[in-house]
Amino acid sequence: MAAKIKNQKAWFFVMPVVLLVAFNAVIPLMTVVNYSVQETFGNNLFFWQGIGWFEQVLNSERFQSSLGRQIVFTSIILAIEIPLGIAIALAMPRKGVGVSVCLVLMALPLLIPWNVVGSMWNIFALPEIGLLGKALNSLGFDYNFTRQPLSAWFTVILMDVWHWTSLVVLLAYAGLCSIPDAYYQAARIDGASRWAIFRFIQLPKMKRVLTIAVLLRFMDSFMIYTEPFVLTGGGPGNTTTFLSIDLVKTALGQFDLGPAAAMSLIYFLIVLLVSWVFYTLMMKDEVE
Amino acid sequence: MAHITLQDLKHSYNERPEDDDDWALKHLSFECEDGGAYALLGPSGCGKTTLLNIISGLLIPTEGRVLFDGKDVTGLMPDQRNIAQVFQFPVVYDTMSVYDNLAFPLRNRGLAGEAVDQRVRQIAAMIDLTDTLHQRAAGLSADGKQKISLGRGLVRADVNVIMFDEPLTVIDPHLKWQLRSKLKELHQQVGTTMIYVTHDQTEALTFADKVVVMYDGAVVQIGTPVELFEKPQHTFVGHFIGSPGMNILSCELDNGKPVLAGEVISANPIKQTPPTGTNLEIGIRPEFIHFAKSGLAVKIVRTSDAGHFSIVETLHKDQSIKLLVPEGAEIPTENAFIEFDKAHTQIYADSQIIT
Amino acid sequence: MQRFKWLVPTLYIIFLMLPIYWLLNMSFKTTNEILGTFSLWPREFTLENYRTIFTDSTWYNGYFNSITYVVLNTVISVTVALPAAYAFSRYRFLGDKHLFFWLLTNRMAPPAVFALPFFQLYSAVGLFDTPLAVALAHALFNIPLAVWILEGFMSGIPRELDDTAYVDGYSFPRFFFKIFIPTIASGIGVTAFFTFMFSWVELLLAKTLTSVAAKPIAATMTKTASTSGYELGLLAAAGVLTIIPGAIVIYFVRNYIAKGFAMGRV
Repeated sequence: MAAKIKNQKAWFFVMPVVLLVAFNAVIPLMTVVNYSVQETFGNNLFFWQGIGWFEQVLNSERFQSSLGRQIVFTSIILAIEIPLGIAIALAMPRKGVGVSVCLVLMALPLLIPWNVVGSMWNIFALPEIGLLGKALNSLGFDYNFTRQPLSAWFTVILMDVWHWTSLVVLLAYAGLCSIPDAYYQAARIDGASRWAIFRFIQLPKMKRVLTIAVLLRFMDSFMIYTEPFVLTGGGPGNTTTFLSIDLVKTALGQFDLGPAAAMSLIYFLIVLLVSWVFYTLMMKDEVE
Repeated sequence: MAHITLQDLKHSYNERPEDDDDWALKHLSFECEDGGAYALLGPSGCGKTTLLNIISGLLIPTEGRVLFDGKDVTGLMPDQRNIAQVFQFPVVYDTMSVYDNLAFPLRNRGLAGEAVDQRVRQIAAMIDLTDTLHQRAAGLSADGKQKISLGRGLVRADVNVIMFDEPLTVIDPHLKWQLRSKLKELHQQVGTTMIYVTHDQTEALTFADKVVVMYDGAVVQIGTPVELFEKPQHTFVGHFIGSPGMNILSCELDNGKPVLAGEVISANPIKQTPPTGTNLEIGIRPEFIHFAKSGLAVKIVRTSDAGHFSIVETLHKDQSIKLLVPEGAEIPTENAFIEFDKAHTQIYADSQIIT
Repeated sequence: MQRFKWLVPTLYIIFLMLPIYWLLNMSFKTTNEILGTFSLWPREFTLENYRTIFTDSTWYNGYFNSITYVVLNTVISVTVALPAAYAFSRYRFLGDKHLFFWLLTNRMAPPAVFALPFFQLYSAVGLFDTPLAVALAHALFNIPLAVWILEGFMSGIPRELDDTAYVDGYSFPRFFFKIFIPTIASGIGVTAFFTFMFSWVELLLAKTLTSVAAKPIAATMTKTASTSGYELGLLAAAGVLTIIPGAIVIYFVRNYIAKGFAMGRV
């Protein structure tokens, strides 16, 4: 493909996007930065606070435990959804009339509003009324997600697996479909085992889409708010209070603007940093 | 190395083939001698890739048998047949080094250590990859990758046949002939049976000892390049091979002599008189026609220069006849007479040769 | 092996369908039955929950509001992303790489971070409690996404197409609308699908930026669930109704989804 032409007028094309996103991103971010370094006692009176809020947030046990829970949660769902998604994609037939139906059904959870996902799982998991809750209890498990932390965690994770594994499946499946038949034929001729085919053909060819899948699942699970909030409200106690839930409680619930703003910035930076590290690590081999 | 026998092969991609068009391979039998270099030549969609996949075991034929050295391998998987194949688009294992790519088929068969190392180095030297052995395969150019594919076939000492499925498609033109002569050289060196599928007559004629010309799911002629050129068994072969292809002129028979628009033409004697009603044609290559003082009267339509010779397009009555004239020879400008070389004038009945 | 090829996908789909079935099941039950007995299917089948929703204006207005801002967002995102994606795919200009990266970082911004500042910003400009506010707020993450997906599709189209059109005497706008846009129609379809999807499922910002007039359906549901106590049947029916638009959209773009994903740009 021909090299791109140098043309500064291209800025006119991107201007609408820049203006809109700047309006949405720069102004609010400035507001956040502004709050994060000031103290207020209402009446629009602000005092310079410096990095005080940042120190306070970073040292607070509340933030640390939310962050800890967030990291555990994200690690668990990544560890489940990525391998599971790949496995299901591998098991899907490449062609056939059923494939299209399968894909539509699998994509369905992705298009359900997030609070409905929460409500649906609430109804599904209620100990006396819900199918899941009733089934688990009659199997002899002492299951009640509104009272027991373990049950709550189990439900939140199962809900996220239900909600998002399809994304990984669709991505991995698309990656698999783009592998030319010749690769499989060559592997059969070379006497490759099923595992070798996966390891040396399918996995390398899926790398690009899997990078996207890991990144998306990392970002979105790290930002998760609505579904667990509707399902458990962050409870029992604070056991399922993840970063976003904590942040919204601080900002909109208690109106502690300074700490909330400082926390927002730390939060945003963590997501950016980790995404960047993920991306660089997974794409390291591509640059040659 | 093996002698390959294809017996009464038929293949259809439909589960229940009904009419003739459902068959990708109509009915086909032939043999490849041990150590021979064969080319399967034909236009796209003639069934040559299907045939190749049947030989390699990627497809099981609907009917018929494949024998390697007399042993029936029709139902065997590709890895059990011990064959190698180089595909149209280079297939390399991206994450592995060139070395590991070459070692892969050996390791999959349980070999290890010194035996692998020795063999890989030997093959790498043969296909000029020694310098890049420890580079990542993904970083090589298209011709390097095709060499790796080929190397993965050569590396197995006991391989029965190596097959090539239009292997030069993605190679830069100036590297094509290099790789082609490398292949020829390798064939002489290792003596493995090779089958080369292509739609390019130059590739087929330069590579193969024997060319199998396919058309519409069937073999129309098997022969050496010279046979295909001098005595095409089917008008398709005459047409497809040669540049420009054979002149095919419709004619009639009178007392066993072909008559072209009222004029008797001297040709090879026919072996057997065809029943009346068959479609009769004279086939004569442009190389075997020359201008003469008398003979067939033609009108010159166009002359185009093609390097060492000129292609002259003429018109006799309403039939177009092309002839090749060597460089420097005089070409009449308007009306002229042409003469056919009798020994190379063939007659076809319903496209099949009868002389 | 062949016989079991559908086993894994089937099991997975059953797992996916169970909670949805349960929601459907609940939506056809009376409150008495829900609280009184445990049953795998409705014993006293009722459409009362749906009737309530279709006759109560706060409910159907909720749907209307949601659809309004989602469509608005999709239109805005795709419209502004088209020229920008074209610029990124065809030209080099000062700061292009940095700009592209900056756009993408907005996809990584947790909505919770922006909830409060958005509230203040949109109140200040007088857009609070309008569908436009939500549509604009969702543009924060949807525009970068749209630019990203569209750029992927456009880069796949050779420059020669542009050049040929100019040689044929097309002006830029005529080329862009008559030739280029039809060429990448499927890319636009995929982009529209994803912007629709992410706007439709998001609630935190939508809820924060609206109070009465533009309240989305999802927020109406949350309110019902908390104020009227245990009207699970009603909640379930509303939930079922929110699944339907998504299902319809997926059905229409089913052949494009895999393609869009294959670009690796979602």
